[in-house]
Amino acid sequence: MDKKEKKPLVQVKHLCKYFKVGRHADLKAVDDVSFDIYKGETVGLVGESGCGKSTTGRCMIRLYEPTSGEVIYDGKDITKLSKAEKKEFCQKVQMIFQNPYASLNSRMTVKEIVGEGLRQHGMSAKEADARVQELLETVGLNKDHMSRFPHEFSGGQRQRIGIARALSVNPDFIICDEPISALDVSIQAQVINMLKDLQESRGLTYLFVAHDLSVVKYISDRVIVMYLGTIVEEAETEELYGNPKHPYTKALLSAIPEADPDKAKNNRRIPIKGEIPSPINPPQCCRFAERCEYATEKCFKEVPKLREVAPGHKVACHLMDKQ
Amino acid sequence: MSENDKILELKNVVYSFRTYGGEVKAVRDVSFEVRKGEILGIVGESGCGKSVTAQCIMRLNPEPPGFFEGGEIFFNGKDILKMNKKELRNIRGRDIGFVFQDPMTSLNPTMRIGKQIEEVFLGRTDISKSEVKEKALEIMKLVGISDVEKRYRQYPHELSGGMKQRVMIAIALVSRPSLVICDEPTTSLDVTIEAQILDLLLELREKLGTSIIMITHDLGVIARMCDRVIVMYGGKVVEKGTVSEIFYNTAHPYTKGLMQSIAKLDTQKGEKLKPIEGTPPDLFFPPKGCPFAARCEYAMDVCKDNPPLEYQVCKEHVTSCWLQHEYAPDTDIKKQGAVAIEKGEVK
Repeated sequence: MDKKEKKPLVQVKHLCKYFKVGRHADLKAVDDVSFDIYKGETVGLVGESGCGKSTTGRCMIRLYEPTSGEVIYDGKDITKLSKAEKKEFCQKVQMIFQNPYASLNSRMTVKEIVGEGLRQHGMSAKEADARVQELLETVGLNKDHMSRFPHEFSGGQRQRIGIARALSVNPDFIICDEPISALDVSIQAQVINMLKDLQESRGLTYLFVAHDLSVVKYISDRVIVMYLGTIVEEAETEELYGNPKHPYTKALLSAIPEADPDKAKNNRRIPIKGEIPSPINPPQCCRFAERCEYATEKCFKEVPKLREVAPGHKVACHLMDKQ
Repeated sequence: MSENDKILELKNVVYSFRTYGGEVKAVRDVSFEVRKGEILGIVGESGCGKSVTAQCIMRLNPEPPGFFEGGEIFFNGKDILKMNKKELRNIRGRDIGFVFQDPMTSLNPTMRIGKQIEEVFLGRTDISKSEVKEKALEIMKLVGISDVEKRYRQYPHELSGGMKQRVMIAIALVSRPSLVICDEPTTSLDVTIEAQILDLLLELREKLGTSIIMITHDLGVIARMCDRVIVMYGGKVVEKGTVSEIFYNTAHPYTKGLMQSIAKLDTQKGEKLKPIEGTPPDLFFPPKGCPFAARCEYAMDVCKDNPPLEYQVCKEHVTSCWLQHEYAPDTDIKKQGAVAIEKGEVK
């Protein structure tokens, strides 16, 4: 796929999301993040908790109003849509949430949950019912489930209902916010396979937010690594996992517990000192500097820019300057 | 292996809960032993009975509704099930430490860290207050907490998740128990912090010679940490053996399914993950035969109604699966030379 000729489906430009936590304190959850997503690809967004990956996802669907910056979907800035345009946008972009126990309204039946979007977009009750039935079959449930309530389902089944709801309005772009982390190991694979099949049959574009690096590697075409509200590295999956450049990415990758005893015992891990610092009023320098073993003076003074070091491979690190 | 090597032994433990919906048979006939200085992994999905088993060992489950239907648990030769409250209290925290899954909720938010660590020594007369504090500070240093004097006076909300888990480990280890049970100690932590905690546990095992029971659903954690593994499903042990036997000479369809269903780093792009279809059994009405029969791709007629015998694959590897029977069809699960173990026979 040649991306130079293709126009990006979603462009995130200098996105910032600050939460006020005190009179003089801002929690900078997302700080100047820019990236593109092209049609039909899966972009993995990884990082540890508190790095701003979910906030980025939520800003992209306007669950949060960004503090500054633009999110451009299909050529239009989503923060400046008219009412009619917004309705159209809601139909094109959908989200699958992390916790299938909290994201379904327990007072609504499956039919109502999945059909709510359809009715909003002007479908008659009868048509909607037929469509809900079809959707449930797509995600491996059946029409007997239509009149049941969420508590009657297992975690894996609930996540399927969540996926059916996201698919109901025929979206082009789905933001998956940790869709499998609340599920059991043997159920995770069922959901991943289903997401992959759906992408193939419907030409969907995914933003896959997760902290499980093995799963992200499996499902994504491109991966973006975030740390404390900023992007530290972005590359094609093979390139990122095979040739990580940023010290944080290297440490993160070496920390993955591999399900293979021989490899796990021979694997040399790169330890990271300390813990992720607070995102409240972070210092104006490289965010990773105080935990980085290669940090130089410059790292504590200047914010590194995300620069392309190889085609499609971007890194935000001062160490790249020397090479 | 001599008898003295065994620090803990569970024999045919059956544990259920009485609820309004009926009896939940959470643990059904579980037997295993823990040896001195080893790390034993218990792996399985949620609801397979791994946490209940661990809590049985310290009698932490609320009784009622929970109750033992049968079995024996020997700790250093003494049956825990026959102990009275006082004897139990002496074991809890002193001889057996417990690290809980969620450090955010299992620490007392109204108590200072130091006091929570010292609580283990509460009611002991053979040790002075200053000695207790010394011990607390020493263990805090050992588990990698920086600035111990300051942390000693802090409250849990002032610490990060990884730090809280270190405090939990400190509480479990402060009286130098011979066994520590870790119930999903890293599930709620990030990968880099998880790596730190796992390394810490390995290091502590080296230094203190503590045996560890590691309960997890993450095969990656098992592969990195454990010497031996127990695979549980539907309240039963389906396979047990050394780590390399379990990973490289898998002899149960469930274990195999579990390994195939996870995305590994070297899984190729086009390669499909192979999920285990279906869902775990309902333990209100546990299946009569093999608990995995309904989801097993190899299932035979015999599996549905007859609980499988245990088969010895090699010295350190036992599996409960009819596929090891001499009349069973040849599959990649069937191992040459697997012998059925009669009930009560010592291997």
